[in-house]
Amino acid sequence: MDIEQWLYSLPLRLRSFFHPKQVDQEMKEELSEHLEQQISENIAKGMSPEEARRSAMRAMGGLAQIEQQCRDARGGSVLQDLAQDLRYGLRQLCRAPGFSALAILCLTLGIGANAAVFSWVEGILFRPYPLVAHQERLFAVAITVQGERIDLLSWPDFLDLRRNCTLCEDSFVSKITSSTLNIGDHAEVTTGSIVSANYFDAIGVHPILGRGFEAGEDVGNDSNPVVVISYRFWRNRFKGDPQIIGKTQRLNNVPHTIIGVAPEGFYGTFVGRAMQLWVPVSMEETFDSGGYKLEDRGARWIESYVRLKPGVSRAQAQQQISAIAARLQKDYPATNRGRSIGLWALWQTPFNHAGELLPTLQVMVAVVAFVLLIACANVGNLLLVRSFVRRHEMSVRLAIGASRGRLLKQLLTEGLILSALGTAGGFLMAYWCRHLLVMLLPVREGDAMYLPGAIDGRVMAMSLGICLVVTLIIGLVPALQTHHLDLAGPLKAESGGVVGVRSKGWIRSGLVIFQVCLSFILLVGAALLLESLQRIRSTSPGFSTTSVAVTGVSVVAAGYDVPRAKTFQNELIDRLVGLPGIESAAFARVTPLGYGAFSSTPIAVDGYQPSPNEQPEVDYNQASPSYFTTLGIPLFSGREFTRSDDENAPPVAIVNRTMVERYWRGQDPIGRRLQVKGRWARVVGVAADSKYESMGETPKPFFYVPLRQDFDREPDLYIRTTQSLPSTLATVLRTVHALDQNLALYETITLQEQVNRAALPQLVAGTLVSTLGGLALLLAAVGLYGVMSYAVAQSTRELGLRMALGADPANLLRLVISRGLRLAAGGVLLGTVAALAVTRLLGQLLYHVSPHDPVVFGLALAVITSTVIFACLLPAWRASRTDPARVLRA
Amino acid sequence: MSKPADLVQGTLDMLILKILALQALNGWAISQRLKQISSDVLGVSDGSLYPALQKLEHRGWIRAQWKASENNRRAKFYSLTRLGRKQLEKETANWNRVSAAISGIVQLKEA
Repeated sequence: MDIEQWLYSLPLRLRSFFHPKQVDQEMKEELSEHLEQQISENIAKGMSPEEARRSAMRAMGGLAQIEQQCRDARGGSVLQDLAQDLRYGLRQLCRAPGFSALAILCLTLGIGANAAVFSWVEGILFRPYPLVAHQERLFAVAITVQGERIDLLSWPDFLDLRRNCTLCEDSFVSKITSSTLNIGDHAEVTTGSIVSANYFDAIGVHPILGRGFEAGEDVGNDSNPVVVISYRFWRNRFKGDPQIIGKTQRLNNVPHTIIGVAPEGFYGTFVGRAMQLWVPVSMEETFDSGGYKLEDRGARWIESYVRLKPGVSRAQAQQQISAIAARLQKDYPATNRGRSIGLWALWQTPFNHAGELLPTLQVMVAVVAFVLLIACANVGNLLLVRSFVRRHEMSVRLAIGASRGRLLKQLLTEGLILSALGTAGGFLMAYWCRHLLVMLLPVREGDAMYLPGAIDGRVMAMSLGICLVVTLIIGLVPALQTHHLDLAGPLKAESGGVVGVRSKGWIRSGLVIFQVCLSFILLVGAALLLESLQRIRSTSPGFSTTSVAVTGVSVVAAGYDVPRAKTFQNELIDRLVGLPGIESAAFARVTPLGYGAFSSTPIAVDGYQPSPNEQPEVDYNQASPSYFTTLGIPLFSGREFTRSDDENAPPVAIVNRTMVERYWRGQDPIGRRLQVKGRWARVVGVAADSKYESMGETPKPFFYVPLRQDFDREPDLYIRTTQSLPSTLATVLRTVHALDQNLALYETITLQEQVNRAALPQLVAGTLVSTLGGLALLLAAVGLYGVMSYAVAQSTRELGLRMALGADPANLLRLVISRGLRLAAGGVLLGTVAALAVTRLLGQLLYHVSPHDPVVFGLALAVITSTVIFACLLPAWRASRTDPARVLRA
Repeated sequence: MSKPADLVQGTLDMLILKILALQALNGWAISQRLKQISSDVLGVSDGSLYPALQKLEHRGWIRAQWKASENNRRAKFYSLTRLGRKQLEKETANWNRVSAAISGIVQLKEA
């Protein structure tokens, strides 16, 4: 139909849909007008009135039939048909409540799992920051060193970037920090952000009370002690006090004036955490233990974002920003050599939890697609069985004049009802699962993990799209069957299917094979992930994990300066080591596998000539005496740091094995020189390699310098102990308070817990994939059970005959189960081939497990075989109980 | 009642369009004209006329309006639309082509 035709017909259609009575009335009027004319003409011809009427009626044909034909011809019945189909479909579904409930449940699980994962992808990766404007144009900014390693910007770098980036609408800083709140007589640790003054304006979030920061409040050193607090903080801590603005709150022992309250539902700009407060960059020294950094171009601590102007592509912006970075390299070679600046989409942000969860979520998207397909296959199977039951109904409808198109429409409508109900259920499921991801993560003290799913328009649209595709799939499967339907078919006796040989139900068998295949892939994936998790947890990271506790003492918040912090550190260690159960104690600036970043420096080594383009740069840590003893890192030669390696002694360093091999070609480096940050240090020891940033990393060069020679006021504290964690915590707290009542401890955990946290992506992915894999297996088992039950029910005659000819129940039991296993074998075979191809995609989530691990494949095979046997048992048992006398007589 | 064969069905549409191309008429008048023209050969029952009219109206080929009839009663008058005129031309051409072909075959048989 072309448009002009629509112009004529649409008003007619709408009219006949919305005013059917009126249209009908007019039609009747027209027909009776015709009759009247005919009658009066007949009378004029000389008939009697009754005769005239009878003759006219005869000429017309059946009035009711014509009226119906007219209604059909109006064709405006598309909507009426739909309404009728819906009514009829609902009635059909209510007539078979068990079938409908099972089908809707399958679809709810399938669609719900998809909606939930989409909502996580949306809420964590694409639109991670609630209430923040135009997130599609936000990009994270960080440094890339030599094009490979990622580092942060310094504040002067950031200012230069902001000044020169004309393609950026806004640039802002949001650096996560922890803060000690002084409340009454105790101290508490919470999480906040150090932000640039334009922060709230740039993200388009306006405080509900008071104001955001003003230009200039991020300038100077500790010059603007002002704070914006989160809505939750305001409600919980200040009981929603409307007069809060202007009051003060001590943060890290410095009184801050509260100038604003952020709106409800705003959690800041850090994937994974809910921020409680925001302070301007000028307060950096109060919150950061490393001293005043705002004028130091070498101090890299800025986590920042830019929003591009509308219409500017990432590539264009990257080009400009690279040019800016190139200029910085030229102007400040000492600090910026080899460093360029890169842009990352929010979901690739290198400095928050987005990157950790990205591979997990990618795998999840694939997995839920599998689950959806399995669910569809199941519903398709159920519908096939249903359509067989309904063959009689379909034939009757065909016989009384329904077109095949009309039947197809009916089947699609029924599919639509199922998938719409499934989608509605799926939305509910996704809504309940919004915060599931957080619940899977280990609880941390003192700050809220926040990883919400977001069910927004895009997630809705995606799910509705899935709903339509599902409708088509599950509507067309039974339609394939009606295609073969002929009018006489149902009248003929149905010859029973045959269990033992290839049956006609190839679609059903195909669907089961498909399901088994997909379930097998999921099982293999789940097993690989769980195996990785197991291996990460049981692999030694190169230091002992179980008997070492790690914590920290909030001396910066208590206002300790460097000399006082040095005295405090020595006194604390001296007191701790004397206590029963504590074997040794030490400090280091950064805990391996933790969130903190190691220091990194360009190095030079006596006798090592770097190649022309090589700029050797190595990570290092600042460690106190006894660090290696406490963490149980073996020393191959030389000695540990001692108390005498202090700021007045000549610089020394301990290097790791890989560094020895790389820069000293494996020769003993003791007594040789290494240049660190421009100063020459003498190597005094060689330590074993260990894991530094992630469990998956390959051995890399690394070295240690004495904490006293590169001082940090607030390093982490390690205690090697024979006691349990709680009693260790109590001991340390008592000792710290004996020194100073105003100090608080940071979260205290074992190093094993630290390792477990490093395995977080594997934990989340393993848990989710095994849950969904189990679900898929269950669905496949239900599908197989359905097919086998149906086959047995259809072939009672054959089974009876076999029995009469001498087969015993055990034979029949074996027959049915072996038929089930043969179907499953097809699925497993396909699944193995597919799994070999796709498990590689698990990539970095796998840890020391080959994606083709034969043990894992064998395990999955065992699980699926036992499930198949289990699913076939009941139908097989029924088959073995066939009463030959009864079925053969029937 | 069985559906008229396609040929007859199509022919009926064309006849109605042809009749309405000359003047706007109501249902009764169309049926009278049909009887006159086809001399009852096609055997169009009054019954099949009205569904056909509904169909043509929905295809946008004819347009209906309520007017007073000659004996001053309310009646539905049908007239041809622009689309209908185009359709009539197309069907007439089609008809001529098919009937020429068929009569050619018929004569061939006789020869």
